[in-house]
Amino acid sequence: MSDSQDNNSGQSLYDQLGGEAAVNAAVDIFYRKVLSDYRINRFFDNSDMEAQAAKQKAFLTMAFGGPNNYSGQDMRAAHARFVKMGLNASHFDAVIEHLGATLAELNVPQELIAQVAAIAETTRNDVLGK
Amino acid sequence: MARITIGESTFSCQADESVLETLLKENIQIPFGCRQGVCQACLMRSLDNPPPESAQIGIKHTLQAQNYFLACVCHPEQDMTVALPNQQDAFIQAEVIKKQLLTPDIVHLVLKYQTSFNFFAGQFVNLQRLDGLTRSYSIANIPHQKNILEFHIRRLPNGQFSNWVHDELELGAQLTLSTAQGACHYLPGRAAQPLILIGTGSGLAPLYGIITDALNQGHAGPIHLFHGSRDLNGLYFIEELRDLAAKTDNFHYTTCLSGESIDSDHIQGRANDVALDSLESLGGWRVFLCGHPDMVNQTKKMVFMKGASMADIYADAFHVLQIEN
Repeated sequence: MSDSQDNNSGQSLYDQLGGEAAVNAAVDIFYRKVLSDYRINRFFDNSDMEAQAAKQKAFLTMAFGGPNNYSGQDMRAAHARFVKMGLNASHFDAVIEHLGATLAELNVPQELIAQVAAIAETTRNDVLGK
Repeated sequence: MARITIGESTFSCQADESVLETLLKENIQIPFGCRQGVCQACLMRSLDNPPPESAQIGIKHTLQAQNYFLACVCHPEQDMTVALPNQQDAFIQAEVIKKQLLTPDIVHLVLKYQTSFNFFAGQFVNLQRLDGLTRSYSIANIPHQKNILEFHIRRLPNGQFSNWVHDELELGAQLTLSTAQGACHYLPGRAAQPLILIGTGSGLAPLYGIITDALNQGHAGPIHLFHGSRDLNGLYFIEELRDLAAKTDNFHYTTCLSGESIDSDHIQGRANDVALDSLESLGGWRVFLCGHPDMVNQTKKMVFMKGASMADIYADAFHVLQIEN
């Protein structure tokens, strides 16, 4: 029972979501959710909020199926110190949860949210250093 | 093929190369990180021709307006003379034409320059004394024909430069100035957007310039200024700003004292707390924060959580060198 609209339209996921404008709309909401979540905000509580927001934006662009130079090695290196701080699967799940809630808030259809979550999911092992 | 000039050297940027790749290949030291236009470590500025817009995605609007770009995703279409943010050392000379105390701690310093000088009110310059001692101060006025720059300089305990300005600097003396820097300034456009400005002590200087600029450019949305200090020695321009608020419908002005003293003329509390408590949501607001780094960083987070977009938050933290003679 696949939705014919998004499978047959020929548009990429990124275009269906609205491209860069969608990333811009999502980044503030997503970052706010992450910062207010006591389970994970210690990993994001960087005093340089701008640099942090830029990273969130790169992550969202990648998860939205947008242009990116994702490298598993970079992702591992960037998260190694958080793994040392105790970063584990439950934290990763919380981030995925906020990603879904952000998109729901922006009225993105469920089937597209599932596609975004599936892309984000591919980073799990690199982020957690498995 | 565009030519990239940095300092005394000029290099050819090949069609498939970014500015970062060209410069690294020539052994020019440029900081970089992600190489995909995200981390902003390779932020540079074009001093002449504007960079391609595609190399400016994601950086602050004020920096875009000043021709800043990300070197790693910059494939230039025309020749550019470029510099790193901290290497724009085109120095000019300026003469002290006025020095007046605003409070026992803060002096109003006015300099006059002869050569052409571009700046936005709210940016900062490095002021340099003859022996090389240098400090950064924010510009409190907008560009006008008189070729002057105004600063509010607070005397810091053991502050080598600020004490010299207060005690020894004389009218007619010459100071050396760097180019104007920083992203905390007003940009026209979105004239109906509400603005909130929060500053402590001499953090009023850039905010005063930004407000003058906004009003001068016909900003129509509400402009709320919250100026705070621990005691009265950090508050100044009170009469002037009250007059402005009285005759300007969209300008609102609140003074705050966080110390012990009870003064019915001012609101009791920290400027950032008072400001944030007075507003339900900051969704859609443009925010300017200047003053003590702790206040600025804490407030940045507070205003963001209260709905302001990251792209709409402009901050200038006054970092003070801890060890001075």
